[in-house]
Amino acid sequence: MTYEVMVDGKSHKLELARAEHGWRCKLDGEEFCVDAVLARPNVISLIMDGAAYEIKRERTPTDLHLWVKDARFAVQLHDPRSLRSRKSAAGCGEGPVKVLAPMPGKVVRIVAGAGTTVEAGHGVVVIEAMKMQNELKSPKQGVVKQVLAAEGASVSAGEVLAIVE
Amino acid sequence: MFNKILIANRGEIAVRVIRACREMGIRSVAVYSDVDRASLHVRKADEAYHIGPASAAESYLNIAKLLEVAKRSGAEAIHPGYGFLSENSRFAQACADARVKFIGPTPAAMEAMGSKTRARQAMAEAGVPMVPGSKRGLEFAQTAELADEIGYPVMLKAAAGGGGKGMRLVRHPQDLKSAFEAARSEAVRSFSDGEVYLEKFIENPRHVEMQILADEHGNTVYLGERECSVQRRHQKVLEESPSPIVTPEMRQRMGEIAVRVAQAAQYTNAGTVEFLVDQERNFYFLEMNTRLQVEHPVTELVTGLDLVHQQIRIAAGERLPLAQRDISVRGHAIECRIYAEDPDNNYFPSPGTITLLLAPSGPGIRRDSGMYEGWTVPIDYDPLLAKLIGYGFDREEAMSRLERALYEYFVGGIKTNISLFRRILRDPDFRAGRLDTGFLDRLLSRHRDDGGEESDIPENGKARIAAIAAGLFAVLDPAGSLNGGQGAQRNGAGTEVSSKWKQAGRIEAMGGIPS
Repeated sequence: MTYEVMVDGKSHKLELARAEHGWRCKLDGEEFCVDAVLARPNVISLIMDGAAYEIKRERTPTDLHLWVKDARFAVQLHDPRSLRSRKSAAGCGEGPVKVLAPMPGKVVRIVAGAGTTVEAGHGVVVIEAMKMQNELKSPKQGVVKQVLAAEGASVSAGEVLAIVE
Repeated sequence: MFNKILIANRGEIAVRVIRACREMGIRSVAVYSDVDRASLHVRKADEAYHIGPASAAESYLNIAKLLEVAKRSGAEAIHPGYGFLSENSRFAQACADARVKFIGPTPAAMEAMGSKTRARQAMAEAGVPMVPGSKRGLEFAQTAELADEIGYPVMLKAAAGGGGKGMRLVRHPQDLKSAFEAARSEAVRSFSDGEVYLEKFIENPRHVEMQILADEHGNTVYLGERECSVQRRHQKVLEESPSPIVTPEMRQRMGEIAVRVAQAAQYTNAGTVEFLVDQERNFYFLEMNTRLQVEHPVTELVTGLDLVHQQIRIAAGERLPLAQRDISVRGHAIECRIYAEDPDNNYFPSPGTITLLLAPSGPGIRRDSGMYEGWTVPIDYDPLLAKLIGYGFDREEAMSRLERALYEYFVGGIKTNISLFRRILRDPDFRAGRLDTGFLDRLLSRHRDDGGEESDIPENGKARIAAIAAGLFAVLDPAGSLNGGQGAQRNGAGTEVSSKWKQAGRIEAMGGIPS
């Protein structure tokens, strides 16, 4: 089996073949012998050259991560046989910057309405979730171009609340 | 003794009380809102009743509904846990009127201590040392006047508040107005009481509190202190007992004052007297919490007393089993509050589905948890998921056990603050016991370069292992990679899962590793 693996944005070529004890792996041309057992769903116990690792797979609504010890890696895996490289480019260019809701919640207050001049770090919108109010700050100095959230509105994670230019 | 107790709460504390009931041979009655049908406390209880929609005001704060369930189930007593109605004297009174025993102090004692402003007044009269400030709630104009008089920085506090809600620190006069309004509106929303008062802000104090127990026969004892200085946004994050700075002599002095405070209010059941301690170890009465505290387990571990058992026994009319001279503090315990919040995003709450949960155990480790794998953390309540407590012969041993347990603890699918505790436990100031309420903000403002684990493998070595593991997962556990079936949305039968969670589930199903 051959895969293209992206780890934190860096591409690796991985070949896996069953061996007598475990697996023979070839990663970017370098060979390893690995013993791997699925301990339970989402947890692999891995032994490599005598060193033991418990690898955890973490799935969230938007991402997939693998944990090696205390390090967390964003991972994408492509099987070159299936030509599926649909990519939703989340473009973040220059110019207008969006203020996003970092979590689902309720808009309790608009601090800086459209047309307000704001410094970087100046509050724009206050949202509330889990009984905590959080002031979302402008990521840059500029003018609030547009406020897309209304006071009292429920918003989901990732929703654009305001645009600062 | 009671035969059946209703627990008017949710989450880890409801589970905690249900366990105590089972240990004492008492049947437990859980209550749940729409979004809590699948919560752990409902699974653990002997009986469970639906009490209303997600909104706490219509469920966990709904006095009439709770008493109706008590009547229907035949519960003879109600344990309120912490938060929600635990410090609401109207609820305690309503229980008394319905002839259901409220496991806590009397309405009169709660009223005397529950309003921070009235408590301050009473304690000033009893000669307990106090921080300068207003003795009662103020309108904005008076607040501004008094703030100018005692000098900035000042602290605004909701009179009915607790847990950091409705509290605002104000450093400059021009910020007072918006802080005042924010504190007031938060107070109205959280406690249905907009009374806000003002206090001089003591720079970098310690927060040390004394646990007391009082029976209904006039006996009151103190059970040692808890150091609660590790806070963020006035919310406790880590607590320990004993405090690294409290000597036996100071403990006795503080304990005796705490007992005096309780007796002045004719207090019964478990309670906590909070003190601010300045750099010279002077302590000032802050407030009394008329409930079981979140951090009660550290006291349980160092005294050997089960506080929930004691609460129930006291409420049933029993006498305290111990006199003050029989109580001693042995060993050291530290508690970490595991919150559903994102360390990389300013510790914002992070609800969602727990897709993987690996829980620590072993010597000196206690875990009080309200979560389980596959459970969706609702967005409607406090983000506290669990408490991890380490106990040892001394502080050093408690710290190393806790660090080891944190290494074992894994919560996947949502963000938690577990990594924060690794940083705290490795911090030289923390290890030396040099704490104050500014400690955590200072730690967080530093770069995270001290956060890495000492390890024999370099970071790029770990990345290569991750790459290999990604391939192995695709082969060994393809189902989990693709269809999102394992750990998918399960939110209780008959419960409407909101559209954003459905949406999230769909993204999850599409975004997995193709095998």
